[in-house]
Amino acid sequence: MSTPQPPMQQAAPGAPYAGYSSPIPVVRTHLGHALASEWTKIKSVRSTMWTLGVFVLLVVGIGLLAGALVANSSEAELGGENPLSLGFFGLLLGSMCIITLGVLTTASEYGTGMIRTTMTACPTRGRVLVAKAIVFFSVAFVVTLVSAGFVAFAQVGMLSDAREPSGGEWLKGTVGISLYIALLGLLSLVVGSIVRHSAGAITIMIAAVLAPLVIAMFMFASSLEDLRQALFEYSIPNQLSIFYANSLSESGPSGWDPLWIMLGVTAAAFAGAYALLEKRDV
Amino acid sequence: MIELAGLTKRYGEKVAVNHLTFTVRPGVVTGFLGPNGAGKSTTMRMILGLDHPTAGDVRIDGKHYDQLKDPMKYIGALLEAKAWHGGRSAFNHLLCLAQANGIPKQRVHEVLDTVGLTAVARKKAKGFSLGMGQRLGIAGALLGDPRILMFDEPVNGLDPEGIHWIRNLMKTLAAQGRTVFVSSHLMSEMALTAEHLVVIGQGRLLADTSMADFIAQNSRSSVRIRTPQRERLLDVLHGAGITVVEAGSGAFEVDGGKPERIGELAAQHQIVLHELSTQQASLEEAFMRLTAESVEYHAHSDPAAERQLGVPPDEVWGRGNGWRKG
Repeated sequence: MSTPQPPMQQAAPGAPYAGYSSPIPVVRTHLGHALASEWTKIKSVRSTMWTLGVFVLLVVGIGLLAGALVANSSEAELGGENPLSLGFFGLLLGSMCIITLGVLTTASEYGTGMIRTTMTACPTRGRVLVAKAIVFFSVAFVVTLVSAGFVAFAQVGMLSDAREPSGGEWLKGTVGISLYIALLGLLSLVVGSIVRHSAGAITIMIAAVLAPLVIAMFMFASSLEDLRQALFEYSIPNQLSIFYANSLSESGPSGWDPLWIMLGVTAAAFAGAYALLEKRDV
Repeated sequence: MIELAGLTKRYGEKVAVNHLTFTVRPGVVTGFLGPNGAGKSTTMRMILGLDHPTAGDVRIDGKHYDQLKDPMKYIGALLEAKAWHGGRSAFNHLLCLAQANGIPKQRVHEVLDTVGLTAVARKKAKGFSLGMGQRLGIAGALLGDPRILMFDEPVNGLDPEGIHWIRNLMKTLAAQGRTVFVSSHLMSEMALTAEHLVVIGQGRLLADTSMADFIAQNSRSSVRIRTPQRERLLDVLHGAGITVVEAGSGAFEVDGGKPERIGELAAQHQIVLHELSTQQASLEEAFMRLTAESVEYHAHSDPAAERQLGVPPDEVWGRGNGWRKG
């Protein structure tokens, strides 16, 4: 039933043929275009505003509350405590919002089918992931820094009896912890890209934050003492608390260690997600 | 121009697309036809570089999709309905696509106007009906003013006015010299829009032909005859060199026969006829015959009802061989 093809001018690969030509100027696309696109995406959905709004509310609200509760205690009770450490509680809870937003940035595209539109518009898949990572990390870092910084100043003002934090403590308690939280969010974004399912990826990330600490709490057998100790020391809440020079133990990570640990884990996960993205079908 | 060469996609054991080779040429609307599950969408996803082919190659103007530096100006695609985030407005959805390809913002307004969504541009896409969704998808495809357009089942969910609009849009786009590649499982729809036809079934190429040839070859007619004097009529027709096929319910059919000649023959031999009618095979039937053996999901009719009607179930599907491409 098929008929011989009418003879047609066999165009050499890539050679132009007489066809439609558009008046729209041709632009060689680069990462900048992908960044602009991802910036439009992240600011044009309400879930971004909600998660970040709740985050700011938790960090500022709980931070001020903690400050107010401690403000009445005397100098002796405070005992040379770093007042910045009161920011910990708000940031620990708030990190759940950053995790959620990170996961949604990638996984929601798979849930809605948007990913196929995105990858058609930008077939260089790695570029999409890099653009998402840069845009999300910047947003998460700036929002965390502003909220944590505000709370830090408020607390230092409220706790007039406590000692003045040193320059290093200021840096760790604001910039350091904000970088850590933003990296935790970036890890969530990467996990979202690997798992491709919002609820699944959020569950994995929240379990990763809470499970080690909870499991360690109920590890009573003395033969497991070393494991228990490691779970405590390297659990994400304890890593957060190290930015205020507080730790559940004397050994384990200290100083800026948590940031390097999170950077290593995120980089490894990012490499994995990048490779998978190139290999899998969308 | 889209060139497929031996394109194959396997999911485990199942072969979704099996060694497809054909070319989609500019200037005409090419219909891509096949039953549900024939591999149309998989083929289109491979053209767009979304799925990696197991074997074979597909090129757009000689390049692989992921080598295109400004893909949306080369090829615009409507893949599936609602491939976007429902919480984003139509305008922002198109804007982020435009930005990814360095397309000026003004163009977003233009395509929204073209598809008639300007009034709801700032509304969340979540609330869009299926038809509005298709229009938004088409707006996305038109955004880069591309020379190749690919639509997967574009008339799905559209009202008659929308279908009419889509048909004219596709014809206009092709008339401007663009390549238009449109999939459908409805032959009747393709007959109205496509000039060239590619038919696949179970991932294999069944036909690659112009619509005019397809119609010429497949709209053949037959003559249906019923008579109480079966044996005499069969002898007479046989004597006249006319081949007769049993058609069930005691009727015969003569492929491509002329009713005048059969009527005259019967009159000469004084044979009583109860029916003498011309049966025109529709394109839809031709398409069904062509793809009969490759239909993935058969609906099985009730055998009791079939017996009552006297149509053996085989008869309905079993005549594909004559139309198959070797």
